[in-house]
Amino acid sequence: MTTLFQVWHRLVHSFQWAKPPFSWIKKKWRGSLLLRITAITLLASGLVITVLGFSLLSKVSTGLMDTKQQSSLSEATAGHVEAQRVIETADAAPTAPSPALLVDDVVSNLASRSGSPAQFDVLLLASIPGQQLPERGTNLVSTTSISENIRKVLADTQEQSWVYGPINYIDGTSVPGLIVGAPLRIKSLGEYNLFYLFPLTQEQQTLDLVRSSVVITGILLLILLAVIARIVTRLVVNPVRQAAQTAALLTEGRLSERMPVRGDDELAQLATTFNDMAASLQQQIKQLEELSRVQQRFVADVSHELRTPLTTVRMAADLMFENRADFDPITARASELLQNQLDRFEALLNDLLEISRFDAGVAALEIESWDLADLIDRAVEFAEPLAIRTNTPVQVIRITNVNLITADQRRIYRIVRNLLENAIEHSEGRKVEISVAVSEDAAAVAVRDFGVGLRPGEASLVFNRFWRADPARARTMGGSGLGLSIALEDARLHGGWLEAWGEPGQGSCFRLSLPRIARGSFSESPLPLIPEGFIGIESSTSSGLFLDAVPQPPADAFRFGPKTGGE
Amino acid sequence: MSAEAEHVSLGKVLVVDDDAALSEMLGIVLRQEGFAPFFCRDGAKAVAAFRALKPDVVLLDVMLPGMSGIEICRIIRQESGVPIVMLTAKTDTVDVVQGLESGADDYIVKPFKPKELIARLRVRVRRVDAGSVAALAIGDLEIDVKGHKVARAGKQLSLTPLEFDLLVCLARKPEQVFSRQALLHEVWGYQHAADTRLVNVHVQRLRSKVEHDAENPVYVLTVRGIGYKAGLG
Repeated sequence: MTTLFQVWHRLVHSFQWAKPPFSWIKKKWRGSLLLRITAITLLASGLVITVLGFSLLSKVSTGLMDTKQQSSLSEATAGHVEAQRVIETADAAPTAPSPALLVDDVVSNLASRSGSPAQFDVLLLASIPGQQLPERGTNLVSTTSISENIRKVLADTQEQSWVYGPINYIDGTSVPGLIVGAPLRIKSLGEYNLFYLFPLTQEQQTLDLVRSSVVITGILLLILLAVIARIVTRLVVNPVRQAAQTAALLTEGRLSERMPVRGDDELAQLATTFNDMAASLQQQIKQLEELSRVQQRFVADVSHELRTPLTTVRMAADLMFENRADFDPITARASELLQNQLDRFEALLNDLLEISRFDAGVAALEIESWDLADLIDRAVEFAEPLAIRTNTPVQVIRITNVNLITADQRRIYRIVRNLLENAIEHSEGRKVEISVAVSEDAAAVAVRDFGVGLRPGEASLVFNRFWRADPARARTMGGSGLGLSIALEDARLHGGWLEAWGEPGQGSCFRLSLPRIARGSFSESPLPLIPEGFIGIESSTSSGLFLDAVPQPPADAFRFGPKTGGE
Repeated sequence: MSAEAEHVSLGKVLVVDDDAALSEMLGIVLRQEGFAPFFCRDGAKAVAAFRALKPDVVLLDVMLPGMSGIEICRIIRQESGVPIVMLTAKTDTVDVVQGLESGADDYIVKPFKPKELIARLRVRVRRVDAGSVAALAIGDLEIDVKGHKVARAGKQLSLTPLEFDLLVCLARKPEQVFSRQALLHEVWGYQHAADTRLVNVHVQRLRSKVEHDAENPVYVLTVRGIGYKAGLG
């Protein structure tokens, strides 16, 4: 059953794939200026050529036919006169010739005018068919060439009339022709009609020739126009394409890419202007890079220059601190303060350097595979002295059993330690829960405390550098105020999220979500940000509850992840 | 000097640092802890000082006038397996890895606490206690624990004391997989989480000496996501 279903499914899919050739054309049409211009030129010129061709053809055929018609009619008139003359001569003769002979005489006389090869055929037919009158015709022309229509017109008008129609021959062939008829009265015999049949083979051939010439010329012209349009468009489009390509390369960071400049037309101007722009951009970027390099160098130098004396001070302070029992109480206390503040100074220096490294964009990941839960255990162990001092129970909740992830252990450890210490610091002695879960494509650590919580709007502020919930509030940790900013940068570096939730008096929750393999993609965090009890409140009333996404994404924030991690 | 000689039990330390105040402070702390410190201010003279003194451990600043600490480290390492601890003000990946790859056994980032430094030096001087076992083996790799010698198929291999300790640590429990953190604790004497690159770099160095093909190790195996273990040879 499954396989059958799969086959059906695949079939449906293949149909869906087969469907959009139209959309493919549409896409091509929209995507290519060259195609568009060529097609439009082809269409427009095709239309013009067709109209012109038709009018030319009709003019030629009209002219040709008019001439033929005039000459034919005058020939027919002349023939008619000749026939009359022959008949009259016969009538005037002393002995009346036999009707058959008379008719023969008329026809042969007329036929002799036709010349060789024959310009026309002649038919001498009785005006009313069925009478026992001799009828004659030249060559092999058939009487079927004469339609009822012209007979009728002749009977009505008794004047010369003509019609275009096929001339049939006895051997079955047929050619287009002009048939001119006129009534002819033979006194001794009765009413006749004399028909002149002018084959239009010549004219037809000429017309055919003209028509085919027009069509061929039209097609050739069309092709030529298409080619010209293509060439012209290419001439214009190619530089534009080149500009687009060069711009793309510039975007990629290949700042020394330039467009070739040929001649000094408008396109060359485009290329020159484009190159000037690129050069100016490159110059500015170079300056910025130089500035950033100088600044980085400065920071590195400052750090080195600061660290060496700090090491000496640190060692001296340690030595004094170790021996404080030998000092008088005031000096002993002073050495304690010195010791503590050196710790703080050191932490601040480290954090500042770390931040400057993020700002300079030189922070790099050291990726390996390890167990996230083990790391959390280590962080909890590390925070134990603080937890004991503040009397805070810390509970680790492992949602999943296997918690292997691929990431920068040092950075993740730093994030977790920071979140944990913050939570312990703000939990006011209530418990702190740290949960860990790893799904197929993502990993998450959520640190929940039940302390003072966050006021509305603060969830986005906590990640700001040097931000403090309450400037007046004493800090037991003496942290640098950069911890969460660094944690956020660390999370971003992995392509992950760091989010905060909190409610006054209800505590807060910080959730770190990471792709299971650093810089990979994931769509959903395996842990909720908002604790279970509060989701209900959110659906009924949103008062007091807020969820802020990670704040102020600078230039390239979330390059690897969606903008917000809200579920 | 003779008065100090009575205290000297942990060994001679060559301190190569250009900062006079720090050198003096290091001297105070080292002497207090039972080391015999000797000083060299100039990087260019460091190698000569090393050859003359034959110290038990070298404490080497990375940024030095004359010759960089990394260069000095490379030269010393070519001549001797003496423990070298780098003093660095930089925690940037490249510098640390460069230092380790030039042959340093360990590094310590300024500013550090005196206790941290002393702990690190003690481990490097005292060496890991191999216990009662006199000899170990991984396949045809024979380890003479007492004599600090390693031979593969009867041929002597030259390992630094640190590489030797690392190998012994793995070989003592061939069934056990050691995490990088565990190795840092056992071999380097770290009490807290530390830079696992130390382990990675030294495992690579060890492999380049003991393995036939460092790309396909048979003596020191990687266990993905966990750490390292001794192979079957």
